[in-house]
Amino acid sequence: MSVPVSALETQGLAKRFGGLVATNDVSFRLEKGARHALIGPNGAGKTTFINLLTGVLSPSAGRVLLGGEDITRLKPEARVRRGLVRTFQINQLFADLTPLETLALAVGERLGEGTVWHRPVGGNALAREVDEVAARFGLADVLDMRTDTLPYGKQRLLEIAVAFAWAPRVLLLDEPAAGVPAAERQDILDAIAALPADVAVLLIEHDMGLVFDFAQRISVLVEGALLTEGTPAEIAADRRVKAVYLGEAAHG
Amino acid sequence: MNAQESLKRRARWRVPEIVFWLVAFGALFAPAGKHLLLNEIAILALFALSLDLILGYAGIISLGHAAFFGAGAYAAGIFCKLATPDPTAGLVVAIVAAGALGLATSLLVLRGSDLTRLMVTLAVALVLHEVANALPEWTGGADGLQGMTVGPLLGTFDFDLYGRTAYAYSLAILFVLFLLARRVVRSPFGLSLTAIRRNPLRAAALGVPVHRRLIAAYTLAAAYAGAAGALLAQTTGYVSLDVLEFQRSADVLLTLIIGGVGWLYGGIAGAIAFKILQDVLSSSSPQFWMFWMGIFLVVLALVGRERLAGGVRGLFARMARQ
Repeated sequence: MSVPVSALETQGLAKRFGGLVATNDVSFRLEKGARHALIGPNGAGKTTFINLLTGVLSPSAGRVLLGGEDITRLKPEARVRRGLVRTFQINQLFADLTPLETLALAVGERLGEGTVWHRPVGGNALAREVDEVAARFGLADVLDMRTDTLPYGKQRLLEIAVAFAWAPRVLLLDEPAAGVPAAERQDILDAIAALPADVAVLLIEHDMGLVFDFAQRISVLVEGALLTEGTPAEIAADRRVKAVYLGEAAHG
Repeated sequence: MNAQESLKRRARWRVPEIVFWLVAFGALFAPAGKHLLLNEIAILALFALSLDLILGYAGIISLGHAAFFGAGAYAAGIFCKLATPDPTAGLVVAIVAAGALGLATSLLVLRGSDLTRLMVTLAVALVLHEVANALPEWTGGADGLQGMTVGPLLGTFDFDLYGRTAYAYSLAILFVLFLLARRVVRSPFGLSLTAIRRNPLRAAALGVPVHRRLIAAYTLAAAYAGAAGALLAQTTGYVSLDVLEFQRSADVLLTLIIGGVGWLYGGIAGAIAFKILQDVLSSSSPQFWMFWMGIFLVVLALVGRERLAGGVRGLFARMARQ
């Protein structure tokens, strides 16, 4: 076989809730270092698909491979430990913890310190990494503030930062800029553009401007199945996509 | 301010904490008379601290925490009769026994909602109560475990009638276990519990193995409750079925709620308030003290703890966050 190993792959992935088919035989490849976007109208099954990838739901059929390794049966935290990390669309940060505590949690778990009970959170390695991640995402000044008092743009940056703190091989970004005021939006776009090239990024997004700026490849999910996949130019020219998605967006 | 300095500040001791412990140990030298009450307070405080570890940090609500208190009490009592009267050895045995019971029953509280957990924990305590009742040759059944003669503490200090040794013993154990708990909740393990309590799904998405952490927390809390039970058994020289009763589980939950959940001192503050109120009310109106206690709890719920306590706790909490 001369096909290179993908960063993340699904083979015939399906999820049925009773009679409802939420994910229908999806075979999808995310290449190493990819900048890939997944789009689809509301109710296309994007959220179910992410939950299958991250292990929150288990599939009715099919497999999920991370770096060629079958992870279909692994729990969510085990997938995170293997380098598959997601961000959340709706804010699910720990509101009354500080960014410092949130980042220290993620970095600590990655360093294998999560079971350490006899000494305070800290240590040089952990503090250095927290500082690095905080600086990268413009959070150094707000490390000691309660997360729910941060400007929304900073909260979205923390959302990405805490995923990044796991040093992921694959990063799933679920509508990273949704709801962010225009003035803070550029910070988030910059942070996403500055992600290291060796991290494969899958962007799940409604904002077509962001998708076409960012993605080198785009997959279109409709009614739980992959409709098509291609370069931004190909997707923009695809009449079926226009019909189900862009057309709808133009009206709505 | 970088992460290193901020993290160090997070673990620092505050002045009010130090003052509190100095006062608590100073009370050892107070004139005889109140040490029996102080001993009860220290034991209830340890029991409530144990509940705070699971409710305040891991987010597991329990209506059957007396299961572990009772297990510790009976383990200490039976060990004293069968093996050695040395209290320290008995305490260790009680901690191990209650911890083992916690580990075994932790699997029951991993899944499900708060309501499920309330029912499951309640059921475990009820089952244990019936088991103790059905084994009179071991537990003394309804008559209680009699003939426990506890040896001198560390082979030197006899337990006196006034409860000074008892209070010293209970306070020392409370202090040591409090120090350990303080360490644990500020550790990486404790931080992961904090995250689980707020949002288990989110914690898992950050790589936290939620189930294993909850098992560890529940086991630890059970061991703490067992220590509290052992202290009661050893300092009173008697164990009866009421160590496993529902009333005890409800009291400790009330105690913790009075003092405030999730800051470790809540159990201690609640135990002081609960026991002093009980003492004052039951001596001034022996028949109606539960009535006044109920009124107090309703007022507490309506007015709010912060305002009732004159903002003292709020001040304390603010200083703790600095």
